Amino acid sequence: MKVSYYPGCSLHGTAKEYDQSVRSVSRALGIDLEEIEDWSCCGASSAHNTNFKLSIALPARDLIAAEKKALDVMVPCAACFNRFKTAEHHLCHDPALKAEVEEIVGGRYQGSVAIRNPIDIIANDIGLEALSAKVVKPLAGLKPVSYYGCLLLRPPEVCRFDDAENPVLLDKILNELGAEARPWSFKTDCCGGSLTISKTAIVTKMVDKLMKMAREAGANCLVTACPVCTANLDMRASKGAELPVFYFTELAALAMGQEGPEGWFKLHRTDPRPLLQGLGLL
Amino acid sequence: MKSFLEEVNEKINGVPIQRCYHCRKCSAGCPMTGAMEHNPNRVIKMIQMGRREAVLNSATIWLCVSCETCITRCPNEVDIARMMDVLREMAIGTGVGAKEKNILKFHEAFLANIRTGGRINEPMMMVHYKLKSGDLFSDMAMGIDMFMKGKLSLISPRTKDMRSVHRIFEKTKQS
Repeated sequence: MKVSYYPGCSLHGTAKEYDQSVRSVSRALGIDLEEIEDWSCCGASSAHNTNFKLSIALPARDLIAAEKKALDVMVPCAACFNRFKTAEHHLCHDPALKAEVEEIVGGRYQGSVAIRNPIDIIANDIGLEALSAKVVKPLAGLKPVSYYGCLLLRPPEVCRFDDAENPVLLDKILNELGAEARPWSFKTDCCGGSLTISKTAIVTKMVDKLMKMAREAGANCLVTACPVCTANLDMRASKGAELPVFYFTELAALAMGQEGPEGWFKLHRTDPRPLLQGLGLL
Repeated sequence: MKSFLEEVNEKINGVPIQRCYHCRKCSAGCPMTGAMEHNPNRVIKMIQMGRREAVLNSATIWLCVSCETCITRCPNEVDIARMMDVLREMAIGTGVGAKEKNILKFHEAFLANIRTGGRINEPMMMVHYKLKSGDLFSDMAMGIDMFMKGKLSLISPRTKDMRSVHRIFEKTKQS
């Protein structure tokens, strides 16, 4: 299948391993990615926190660019995904705003392409069976808790993706890869998001709690699909509280026997290699 | 003259906040209440009481991380997260500024960086934030570590059509 691809700013920077693993896994699953032409930043948290119109106009620029091709858009970053879905929601429900934003951005928005995250595309379009068929190295012994975070799922009428209180798609994917996804109650609890820079102490407290709860659930790692969550979980835990964190696509690539995982794992702050080596997965 | 409540409701442009009957599901699920002066549902009551100064000058409105747990659970569909966005914009717009200065400085550095290149260049954005906030040395070790791993490239691809990006910023500039 062919989709448009919106990496977003962090996938070219601090979330490099997410971009590379998404591309690698997509290739293996027959998903052809075509990067959106001349995309710009979605505005993330900072736009909507300070300027509503800016927060809709910035993603609208990319939505209008994406509509040049009649393809669904894969958006790996949870923040970008949420901003696109929110812009889409407001543009579809508020004709006056839509007219205003079209004038600001210069172009017409038709609402013709679907904005989707890779968990959705892999689980629902490719299918769990097709994924399972590509697994050559089942991740036996790996006990992740799936950490969806906030922005993939909420508000539910905007994101329309999995259950907002107890999502399961990521758990299903991880189980197909041979891992044992541990049940826990913190799948969608906030990590502190962008306050990681200006209020680091608060984020550390929140991350430490998640780490503690992950351990109580019998997990030896956490799995994410959001660059900010990953950065927080990977870098903000107190000394001694850390558990390794993976983007789900890194694990998918590992399970499919691809080249690349070892290089990505080196980029993590909390080194996941001892865990994987101990399980004979590396 | 419009009341504070009317002003806030107009900007939210959705369910009027006085529909809140203080079941406190929002506050119970909010991850930031530990650091906030007022719980989210209390902020609604304060708006109804016209306590503009207290609300716009609070750290509460800046500590909201827009996790959207509140709106997901509110039985009356009050968009509390959007209310917080509105209050932040009002605090900026009326010249009150932010009680949590560094949080606003982060947002300003972030947006200035988009205006420059169309896409965020993370290290340049961080340098800008550090200079603005005066918080020069925290996360130094982490920054160096990431730089050595090639995660903080000083040069990153920019959006080519910068005119369209500048236009968006110009036309959405708050008066």
